[in-house]
Amino acid sequence: MDFYFDAKIWASDTVCAALRPVSPTLFATSCGRFIDGFFVSIELLVIATLIGFPLAIGLALARTSRSSILSALSYSYSYVFRGTPLLVQLWIFYYGFGALGASGLGLLWPLFRDAYSVGLIVLTINTSAYSAEIIRGGIVNVPNGQLEAAVASGMSWWTTMRRIVLPQALRIAWPAYSNEVLLLLKGSALVSTITVLDLMGQTRTIFARSYSLDIFVYAVILYLILSGGLTVLLRWIEMRMRLPGY
Amino acid sequence: MRMLKQLMFASLVVAGAIAAGPAGAQQKTITIATEGAYPPFNAKDSTGALIGFDVDIAKALCEEMKAKCEIVAQDWDGIIPGLEAKKYDAISASMSITDERKQKVDFTNPYYSNYLRILAKKGSGITGPDGLKGKTVGAQRSTVAATYSEDKLGRTSTVKLYDTQTAAYSDLEAGRLDALVSDVYPAYDWLKDKPEYEFVGEKIDLNDKIGIAVRKGDTELQSAFNKALKAIRDNGTYGKLNAKYFPFDIF
Repeated sequence: MDFYFDAKIWASDTVCAALRPVSPTLFATSCGRFIDGFFVSIELLVIATLIGFPLAIGLALARTSRSSILSALSYSYSYVFRGTPLLVQLWIFYYGFGALGASGLGLLWPLFRDAYSVGLIVLTINTSAYSAEIIRGGIVNVPNGQLEAAVASGMSWWTTMRRIVLPQALRIAWPAYSNEVLLLLKGSALVSTITVLDLMGQTRTIFARSYSLDIFVYAVILYLILSGGLTVLLRWIEMRMRLPGY
Repeated sequence: MRMLKQLMFASLVVAGAIAAGPAGAQQKTITIATEGAYPPFNAKDSTGALIGFDVDIAKALCEEMKAKCEIVAQDWDGIIPGLEAKKYDAISASMSITDERKQKVDFTNPYYSNYLRILAKKGSGITGPDGLKGKTVGAQRSTVAATYSEDKLGRTSTVKLYDTQTAAYSDLEAGRLDALVSDVYPAYDWLKDKPEYEFVGEKIDLNDKIGIAVRKGDTELQSAFNKALKAIRDNGTYGKLNAKYFPFDIF
């Protein structure tokens, strides 16, 4: 962890020093804050996707399984978290559950006390709910004949999913999933309303001291860099997964 | 194709009429923005109408100036950009006159004075700014309290910034904050219903004066407000409004 913090400080110092000669004064004086927020946004996005993606696969499998209870549970989860605004979810988890305090939440309090972890939890839940539906779409698009063939050759349900269905379903779902990750990046800016100093939170704090609208232009540039990098990465994965003939 | 053109023309006319509407009316009506989340200075009542000391002062000034005024609500973050974008003509929202803001807007003479206080739970053991080392301190973003917290406490305490004062109170009550740096009068008002919290330490007097903001260079409105402010100070209207909210003089 210390290594990561040191790396962050080093990156911030290096980038800001390198940009100093070419950046406007306003950016130069707040560069450290911008870079800090930039890292927080990346952290939230990376952790939320890394946890949210496997969770979404589980939810999608539950949704397409023959058990009507599992399917209903998964459907309800997606329905609730896809059907309500991210902002409302953040406020309910942060201010709503937060109002219960240490006595009401007990062991969960350390998790809910910290705005960062609340933001992370909500983003993870939100992205898993959306991604589950995307992956479900991939699963139902795998031709039924393959399932029948798998059953006929004696594969268990789990083996069929793991070896036949999911590898194809994820390839089908990937472009739509890439879209969801980009939406999550933009949605993550809302965590600034629950005091997390992500890129948007830092931007608003810097703006509060300068009242210069240029600040938002710098934020736009940083978000574009972030989404540009993300697009390239997701596209690269898509290419890597591509099979001949598809 | 022709129908499409007609449709486009029609929508242009409508858009033009909407855009021209407020501009035409602006001659007679002065639009004044307030935040609406800062009781007792500005807040919304149960019907959504704006109330509070800032609103009352604005109305008294308008009455004195014999002008037609409209009070609108605007989030604190965007309140200065909104003024610059001519969404309204003045801001009466307990805004401190600071050098940072003077670069963007002009202010009238002060209509009240503010100082900061630290709020904490009773029995917290915090006795002043020095007792906040290593603790978590909150303030509303883009306020004098936030500037003070970031500059004076930021090195030794964790500073959390909130979009509204009300959100900061919630987090103090939830136990996420050890202390809150706040303007004194709204905190005084809040403490009335919260006996388990108290002011700690001395008052932090930064010679903070509150004025009404107008667009940079709008000297006409600025001097009209100043004249009216002097008049309501002299004729006792100000005193009555002051007494409606506080049992002591806040000027």
